Amino acid sequence: MIADLTVQGAQMLVVLLLAPLLTGLVRKIKARMLRRAGPPVIQPYRDLVRLMRKEVVLADTASWLFRVIPYFIFAATWVAASLIPTFRTGLLFSWSADLIAIIALLGSARFALALAGLDVGTSFGGIGSSREVMIASLAEPAMIMIVFTLALTVGSTQLSTMAGYMASPAVGLRVSLALALVALIMVAIAENARIPVDNPATHLELTMVHEAMVLEYSGRHLALIELSAALKLLLYVSLIACLFAPWGMAAPGAGMGALAVGTLAYLGKIAAGGFLLALLETSIAKMRVFRVPEFLGAALMLGLLATLLLFVSRSL
Amino acid sequence: MTLLAPTVVILVCTALLLVLAVMAVALGRIRIGTSVIYSMCFALALVCLLCGLNQLLGGTSADSVALPLGLPWIGARFRMDALSAFFVVVVDLGAAAASLFAMGYGAHERAPLRVLPFYPAFLAGMNLVVLADDAFSFLLAWEFMSLSSWALVMAHHRVPDNVSAGYVYLVMASFGTLTLLLTFGLLAGPVGDYAFAAIRAGHLSPTLAALVLCLAVVGTGSKAGIVPLHVWLPLAHPAAPSHVSALMSGVMTKVAISGFVRIVFDLIGEPAWWWSIVVLTLAGITCVMGVLYALMQHDLKRLLAYHTVENIGIIFIALGIALAFKAYGMAWAAALAFTAGLLHVFNHSLFKSLLFFGAGAVLNSTGERDMEHLGGLIHRMPQTAFVFLIGCAAISALPPLNGFVSEWLIFQAILLSPQLPSWGLKFLVPAVGALLALSATLAAACFVKAFGVTFLGRARSAAASAARETDPFSRAAMFAFAALCLIAGILPGFFIDALAPIAQALAGDRMPAQIGVEWLSIVPIAQSRSSYNGLLVFLFMVISGALAASAIHRLASDKLRRGPAWDCGYPDASPVTQYTASSFAQPIRRVFGSVIFRARETVEMPPPAAPQPARLTVVLHDPVWEAFYAPVAIGVGLAADRLNHLQFLTIRQFLSLVFAALVILLLVLALWP
Repeated sequence: MIADLTVQGAQMLVVLLLAPLLTGLVRKIKARMLRRAGPPVIQPYRDLVRLMRKEVVLADTASWLFRVIPYFIFAATWVAASLIPTFRTGLLFSWSADLIAIIALLGSARFALALAGLDVGTSFGGIGSSREVMIASLAEPAMIMIVFTLALTVGSTQLSTMAGYMASPAVGLRVSLALALVALIMVAIAENARIPVDNPATHLELTMVHEAMVLEYSGRHLALIELSAALKLLLYVSLIACLFAPWGMAAPGAGMGALAVGTLAYLGKIAAGGFLLALLETSIAKMRVFRVPEFLGAALMLGLLATLLLFVSRSL
Repeated sequence: MTLLAPTVVILVCTALLLVLAVMAVALGRIRIGTSVIYSMCFALALVCLLCGLNQLLGGTSADSVALPLGLPWIGARFRMDALSAFFVVVVDLGAAAASLFAMGYGAHERAPLRVLPFYPAFLAGMNLVVLADDAFSFLLAWEFMSLSSWALVMAHHRVPDNVSAGYVYLVMASFGTLTLLLTFGLLAGPVGDYAFAAIRAGHLSPTLAALVLCLAVVGTGSKAGIVPLHVWLPLAHPAAPSHVSALMSGVMTKVAISGFVRIVFDLIGEPAWWWSIVVLTLAGITCVMGVLYALMQHDLKRLLAYHTVENIGIIFIALGIALAFKAYGMAWAAALAFTAGLLHVFNHSLFKSLLFFGAGAVLNSTGERDMEHLGGLIHRMPQTAFVFLIGCAAISALPPLNGFVSEWLIFQAILLSPQLPSWGLKFLVPAVGALLALSATLAAACFVKAFGVTFLGRARSAAASAARETDPFSRAAMFAFAALCLIAGILPGFFIDALAPIAQALAGDRMPAQIGVEWLSIVPIAQSRSSYNGLLVFLFMVISGALAASAIHRLASDKLRRGPAWDCGYPDASPVTQYTASSFAQPIRRVFGSVIFRARETVEMPPPAAPQPARLTVVLHDPVWEAFYAPVAIGVGLAADRLNHLQFLTIRQFLSLVFAALVILLLVLALWP
């Protein structure tokens, strides 16, 4: 019990501390691919500390909700990220929310962020919120179809059970899983507001989605929102790693050696994930907003196809 | 039968409600009449609620009452089993809250005599429908409920839209009752014993049973609001005063569901496998169409009414899956889907009533239902905004609130679909699951719009900037339901266990007991398969949010300065530059609406330096109305034109017409086998 609690606590701290590192890593790799020096990998930490120490400038028209929402988003994202197995399966509280509930928690965070965009009553906030819910209205069903595919294969929506099954030889090679992986990557890109769906570095007004919603935030509120965004990116990388590359994860009750292997494997996985993301982002261009529905519609169809193919092909 | 039997108590309460309805004609004329009537309704609804709870949780066996009323050889039978007890709870919980709300809200009614007499009658009608134990009382109570609610829809009859809403409602309600009449006629068979016990004991041929199913879906579905029978609902529900809207949307549609469950799960007997295909297809279309219609609205109450259509679709999805599992003898899986459906019935009655109360409070303090004229109400009505936000999050199926729990259970039931032997269902159920997921996220989008445009931002009209917080009674009703939404979300195990007797009786099995599970989690099938703990998720979020807040405030900075909005350096002076409900929905309208509603946007751009403003016009088509109802309306009009000539015949022509009719009737009688 105590050991389990320690591991769960370690997990919460690990995701919280690693999240800005992953963001910094992606930025650094992207900069190097563009032949720029780029900021140091630890720059996001510095930004967060700087933002937290600054005073908040709040718009006159902002309500109490606007001030609560950053904490809510951070709490929801952090809880969701702590429930995804990273270096060890069978976390103490992993049964308190299965994969569907984790996705719904992220949905809660997005609901709150979209409201924050509308709170001050500016047109940029509105444009961001309205586009964000349009993107979500396609990305979330696609995600649920991916969950269906995995849950019907594994027979569970519990992430630990899923990771255990996916690591075992019973899983075999299936077309459905490949389609689900592709769909999951597409959804992850859209959910994290990355290129080609949205550009995290843009400040060109008409192309922003995520940045437009958080335009009015400053100081510690902005720091929490940035940290939540970093946590969400780490969450999706961890989720893909946990479901589709569950190698090296320590089993429940494993010794220190296995935990060390699990931690190293996890670090390797997120570094690889960050590298691939940076590679993708430097190699393609951002698409127009109204091309995004086609992109996500393709993800939704892939997810649906993956689910239906499960019944047709049992072992391929 | 004792005098304190719950059924007797509820029947006495309904009789008192009817007396109250008559008294209201006199009481409505004096000033305190409104609060007297509503507080009496509140007290009577509470008594009924306690009886229902006692019956549901006490696990006592069903008790029945036969009254010497109605047709002599039929009588009137009333019975409260677990299913009726559950629906009594849903009806009277909603009724109690609506009466409490109306104690404050009803004071603003300009023509109380048009509302007061019908309101208690409406409550009595709904209670009688769920308790009825023979077809005659059921239909009588059903029609009574329809007509009293029609009178309430017509309360503000000087508004032109309300008259047409009342007309459409009356036509659709009569149509629904007609199909239910045929349903019960077929169920009772040629013997004609209309008691439910006799119907249950009887046996129907498969063809007749299929016919009964289709009639029952149409009859109860027209009242519940299944697409394409929903057309009256978004017109009629918003037209009524808001507490009645809450009852119609939150409760009366559930009474229709109780009728469906009663007929299809209880009276018909064993279902055939393909029945679920009919139900699931209609339900999937209903939930997605309902939410898409809702997204296109900018009238707050109409938006909520369309969401009722969506949620009815979700409930029917669960019931359809339960029907599929029941047909294949997988009682444990049927119990899961069935319980999920009933839980959603309960949950939806909570948050939909709450949202209509909130819309009523907004309507009362601003006089506006159109979201395009609202905005910024969170500053003027902070408490209403807070509870409305909880309702919005609950209906959008966001954890840790209650809407998520029932949808999560439905997803768990959907994930059992590979075990169904039929290939059609194997494909259909996950596809319906995709529709359910789509409707859930679209609902979240829609409620970002509803809450954001109404309560956030800056006021778009003088009425909105002068709004005032609503009265204490209304707030009490709303806070009670918001608290119930949270409790049902974080402690769902108790609610699931309370539904076990119904699932046991009608689905053949019950879900595993949830109360004994450690940490109050819910585990629908097995721990290794899936589990959810709303309480822990809620606690974790509270703790981590509070931790972050206190750490940052203590270690970093807690300074705050107010200033003008930044908005990329171009702060817009006028509130009309904000996003409106229509502009918020524009991306979704482009993605989904261009196919389904054939949405067309035209921009009239005046030439440079011309003084007239640019204009954007959006044209939307209602596919259901144009495909199903417009042809019927045109046909009726044409037929009426033709028949009109019959009024202008000579006396000889009239006489020969009568003679011909007589001959034809005699011929029919002679040739009838």
